[in-house]
Amino acid sequence: MKLSRRCFLSFVLGGAAGTALTPLPWKLTDDLSIWSQNWPWTPVPPDGATNFVNSTCELCPAHCGITVRTVADRAVKIEGQEENANKTGGGACLLGLSGLQLLYGPTRVQGPLKRIEENGTIRFQPISWQQAIDEVVAKMAELRSQGKPQSVACLSGRDVGTVPQLFKRLLKAYGSANFVSMPSVEDAYASALRLTQGIDGFVGLDVENTDFILSFGSALLDGYGSPQRMMQAVGRLKKQRGTLVQAESRLSNTAAKADIWLAIKPGSEAALALGMAQVIISRGRYNSDFVNAHTEGFDSFAAMVKEKYAPSAVAEVTGIAPEVIAQTALAFAGAKNPLAICGRGKGQTPVSLKEVLAIQALNALVGSINRKGGAQTMPTYDYLNWPAVELDVTAQTGIAKGRLDGAGSDKYPHVGSLAHRLIEAIDASAGELQMLLVAECNPCYSLPDSDKVKAAFEKIPFIVSFSSFMDETARQADLILPNHVYLERYEDVPVMAGTVQPTIGLCQPVVSPLLNTQHLGDSIIKIALGLQGNIAKAFPWKNYESCLMETLGDQWPLMSDQGYWASEAAASSSERGFSTASGKLILMNGTLGAIFMAEAPVTASGGDYPLQLIPYDSIRLTSGYVGTPPFMIKTVEDTVLKGQEGFVALNPETGKSLGLASGDMATLITPVGQASVRVHHDDGVMPGVLSMPRGLGHSAYDSFLAAKGVNINQLIGTMEDPASGLDAAWGIRAKLVKA
Amino acid sequence: MSSNDHVNTHGTAGEPDPSSHHAPGSFPHILLFFIIGLALSLVVGWGIFPKLLYSQKSQPFGFSHKVHLEQVDQGCQSCHFFREDGTFSGSPRLAQCLECHEEMQGQSEDEAIFVKEYASKGREVPWLVYARQPDCVFFSHTAHVLGAKMDCVTCHGHIGTSDSLKPYEENRITGYSRDIWGPSLTGLKHNSWDRMKMDDCAECHAKYDVLHDSSVQTKRDACFVCHK
Repeated sequence: MKLSRRCFLSFVLGGAAGTALTPLPWKLTDDLSIWSQNWPWTPVPPDGATNFVNSTCELCPAHCGITVRTVADRAVKIEGQEENANKTGGGACLLGLSGLQLLYGPTRVQGPLKRIEENGTIRFQPISWQQAIDEVVAKMAELRSQGKPQSVACLSGRDVGTVPQLFKRLLKAYGSANFVSMPSVEDAYASALRLTQGIDGFVGLDVENTDFILSFGSALLDGYGSPQRMMQAVGRLKKQRGTLVQAESRLSNTAAKADIWLAIKPGSEAALALGMAQVIISRGRYNSDFVNAHTEGFDSFAAMVKEKYAPSAVAEVTGIAPEVIAQTALAFAGAKNPLAICGRGKGQTPVSLKEVLAIQALNALVGSINRKGGAQTMPTYDYLNWPAVELDVTAQTGIAKGRLDGAGSDKYPHVGSLAHRLIEAIDASAGELQMLLVAECNPCYSLPDSDKVKAAFEKIPFIVSFSSFMDETARQADLILPNHVYLERYEDVPVMAGTVQPTIGLCQPVVSPLLNTQHLGDSIIKIALGLQGNIAKAFPWKNYESCLMETLGDQWPLMSDQGYWASEAAASSSERGFSTASGKLILMNGTLGAIFMAEAPVTASGGDYPLQLIPYDSIRLTSGYVGTPPFMIKTVEDTVLKGQEGFVALNPETGKSLGLASGDMATLITPVGQASVRVHHDDGVMPGVLSMPRGLGHSAYDSFLAAKGVNINQLIGTMEDPASGLDAAWGIRAKLVKA
Repeated sequence: MSSNDHVNTHGTAGEPDPSSHHAPGSFPHILLFFIIGLALSLVVGWGIFPKLLYSQKSQPFGFSHKVHLEQVDQGCQSCHFFREDGTFSGSPRLAQCLECHEEMQGQSEDEAIFVKEYASKGREVPWLVYARQPDCVFFSHTAHVLGAKMDCVTCHGHIGTSDSLKPYEENRITGYSRDIWGPSLTGLKHNSWDRMKMDDCAECHAKYDVLHDSSVQTKRDACFVCHK
């Protein structure tokens, strides 16, 4: 039979008709559509039992209460704790919500690592935990046997809570006083409280009950203190027709939402506060009941501000017209519950002692100390009742050698820690520090003049990092003993950050540790036990968890259930008195007089550098220990970061005078370093000022974060406050050259 | 022979030959090919295609729902229970099985496999789930069982009283069980549990459209009720 063309077509037609009478085409269409909607490579979260764990966020000093939803052993969602609303605002910020990306992200250290140098190349080799601890112990024992225990120091992100205190205890028993914590505005507040009220503590800000906030550059809407709490407080204030005054050189989110924006010259906050004090006193608008009953040194304070801070003089320093200063000061004094707030940006960098004293003096003049809606004096948390450490001779000798950073010495009597001074000391005499233990901080990125910090770290013979992430500092370490991240561990975190209700957050394991990491507390205890003798004796605990449970005692069941412990709100009464000799708040005495008379730290004068570079804090970026997670980087405006390029914002007027249009490439040069940046014209930046955010320009971490923008800490140097020694850097002289 | 001759010859051969009824190109001849095509495609579509589409897999070991149902107090929910938060536990996890089967309870070979291969090694049993819907479908047991008071049989049939597990037929294209489309490729069903395609869900949702009116436009259930 011969197959003609017609026959073939007929065969095909028959086949098509027949196929249409079978389920084949309809079934195939359906199956292909299901297949295409469920590609095998599309990630599908595994199913499992849902659970909610109450815990505490450790990503910034606010330590907000969080609830983490888990499915099986996976954390899937972080939310703010509503029950905790009165302490931390009851929500979670962008960083808090992005925490899971830190837990599951690719930049975590997988297990203990040792730095190996071979043929000029450096690599990290995985080692066992036993070897890691043994190496630390061997090095510490060796230095101790040489009679140099004081050459071991610890740099820690925090200094309150059991873990930092275990570290401090280890160093003490070992024979070193060099426990240094990273700087923050709390340092300045603590010094001011000691000097004026004789109290060891921190300042609580009763933002919920105030009707007038006078903020000296505090980024209330960009992450100051506890971000949600501050945002909600500002929202309430505006709803109830209260007043928000923002004194800041840049039109920040807070300044934009303020009722009055005082565009002051950078660094002149203290002068503005004292100028306002002068107005309040000279017009007799201070709270005489409070001032007479509860303060001392008022007359000399009044004389000092009269002499040095007359509105005309202050107007020159701050750039604010005398009548505006006077009006704002009188409005502040006329409010029912006014509150002046100190701390630039997020409050994660110190201010000068003069500035915090001046701002607290304003609060005192209007009676807003320990009053509803005012600045509350919160005593230090003292729930650690551990037995005293028995010191052997080596330890006593080592501690007697004092601190490398000079904090607490005659030169810097008012402060507890000076991280930048430690760096200076390493830089000046390399042999003094033989070993540095770095915990929960990233000084090689986040301290000003970070290149100098890195260079100083190069000089340290032995660095141990306990970082959970491969950050800039961990890369410089000889050994990395990675800690669990906060969603995998127990830890107590006493809340400061302006809270008015003493609260201890409990960080709880939400998931079992994903990697070969070890709790920092356990690492410390194991190191101590390895060192034997009195040092081991100072650590009578089986492990960190038993230490924590013992420390928290009866509070443990409640805390592990709700994720925090909170005392009754602090009694808002000035009747509590102060712990000074007279029982009064000191407005002025010899010590304070010297501080007030000293000039505020300023950037070196013009010359080659006609502009000023000022860093600012953004709620979309984080600049501390942890890096900014990808979720947050995605929210950064393309006038701040575009692709890999960082921008510097300047006034169009400044841009015009420099011949730089918006979008031009330029080289930003400061006495400390230089960087390639793109120019962005912004009317909200003062002429002559360059503005850049903190938190960009990482050299470590993954492709989501590394090499994006410029690390402003590479461009700004330290600016030491002459009164306290704190690094109150708020900017640096700079120049911008067209590239 | 010239090329012209060739053309002529060919042209003559192309003329229909009235003496032959089955010559190539004649109508019956063409019809024959049509029928062959039709028959072959019917054989492929109804006979070969279904066999090619599904692969047969057996469960890790045999299991009798009947035996288990006789032993427990709370029916299906003894093992397939709702968690405290209302989510449905689905197939039991190993921990649940171990509550009774830490050690052998009987003499069956299947139980021996379970205890030896899974219980003692702490491995989860990789059950092949007949009723698993594609991931693009959201389904809540709580809404149907606790909310609408439906019984298990309506969707799952009489599996609870079966003595053995049938072979799992996996669709080679989608990877899902044959039970979703149903045993008959025609899509026809005899029982409510034979098929669980979208139309089968919609059948019930449309029937109770007074309750199911999440779409403002249609006053019936909106797509997002099941497709999140």
